[in-house]
Amino acid sequence: MENKKIKELKVSAIENGTVIDHIPSNAVFQVIRILKLEAFENMVLFATNLESKKYGKKGIVKVSNKFFAPEELNKIALVAPHASIIEIRDFQVQTKTVVETPDRIKGIVRCFNPNCITNIEHIPAIFAVVDKEDTRLKCHYCEKITTRETMEFR
Amino acid sequence: MKNKSLVSINDYSKEEQLRILDIAQEFEKKPVQTILQDYVIASLFFEPSTRTRLSFESAVNRLGGKVVGFSEASNTSVKKGESLRDTILTVANYSDLIVMRNPVEGSARFASEISPVPVINAGDGANQHPTQTLLDLYSIRKTQGTLDNLHIAMVGDLKYGRTIHSLVIALCNYNTTFHLVSPVELKLPSSVKMHIKERKLTYHQYTEMDEVLPHADILYMTRIQRERFSDPLEYERIKNVYNLHKDMIADTKENFRVLHPLPRVNEIAINVDKSPKAYYFEQALNGVFVRQALMASILGIK
Repeated sequence: MENKKIKELKVSAIENGTVIDHIPSNAVFQVIRILKLEAFENMVLFATNLESKKYGKKGIVKVSNKFFAPEELNKIALVAPHASIIEIRDFQVQTKTVVETPDRIKGIVRCFNPNCITNIEHIPAIFAVVDKEDTRLKCHYCEKITTRETMEFR
Repeated sequence: MKNKSLVSINDYSKEEQLRILDIAQEFEKKPVQTILQDYVIASLFFEPSTRTRLSFESAVNRLGGKVVGFSEASNTSVKKGESLRDTILTVANYSDLIVMRNPVEGSARFASEISPVPVINAGDGANQHPTQTLLDLYSIRKTQGTLDNLHIAMVGDLKYGRTIHSLVIALCNYNTTFHLVSPVELKLPSSVKMHIKERKLTYHQYTEMDEVLPHADILYMTRIQRERFSDPLEYERIKNVYNLHKDMIADTKENFRVLHPLPRVNEIAINVDKSPKAYYFEQALNGVFVRQALMASILGIK
């Protein structure tokens, strides 16, 4: 039974590590970027446009031999508000949680206002998350609102 | 409020704002003093602003303080590519308080966080200009005897005018009824209207000002800037819709006063100036007292 289930996976199972599931298909590369997996040395598996009963289409990222701090993972809630985080040890699911949007974000998002000090000097942008559902970020410096549509990652 | 920088009007609570207005009243009675004689104030104007800069410098000079600084960035180290961080850290060595005008939004918040001496924001791009708001509150209180329960009409460019935005936010503390008069293209943005709605205050929107005038206690006029319009004909049309003439204020309330942050272009006719209901030049004078009060408070003298 167990073996059969593994064979059906579109993306191979990992022995140890973290699976990030239920990512919107168009956000997989952003998740990889936010978690800095571009520079990661162990195996990273990912897929987009997989069929999902819940969301129609979804993406998934599997990172072997890596367990993230919740603050790190919560950053991806900006692009994948319904992502689930599954920790795997010895091919077994250890924990399954969902991401939570943080109240404050530092450094990962660019302020959309080109005349904001954070885009002119080398200063990490800091935002207060004023609306978690629609992802509205108020810049700590220029006080303008960056939305999901205008959001860019550094 | 010693050492408490003022970047956004909301950095100061309602009580703190009122305290500044009370101190300003004392300075209005006695504007020439020597309480700043041991202090050096840095006045860093990265873009020209005649009115705000002269008002600050006059406030310092009348209290016996010294001013160092520049009135535009073109012949300073900024031109050589110095970062704002370095400018602020350097100037903080030479002064007890920094007053800064900078066209970059958020620059004042940043400066206040890295500077070892307090910072007063004298305007950061389209973002904030809190001393203008304080002097507007002072002028409203002085002419009406109160800030509470007033009918305040705001006319002109409500979309881009940062003066309007900060004033609306500040007035939300006083059960104000807002009368917002603007062309459709220049309506008050929802991010500012949100503050009115949160407090469940009443507001009305108009495209013409005639019907507002009999109800208003304060008429706050602003300039409509040509560069906000892609169509020059549209600008010419709108520019002439919001023109206040002497005969228009004949039937207004006894306590009615006209305010304007200045400079004006043609939105208030010269013939209004002589009316006792015209208050914009006194308003500009109040800026000196309010800035004296703010600096004395931040330096811990008052």
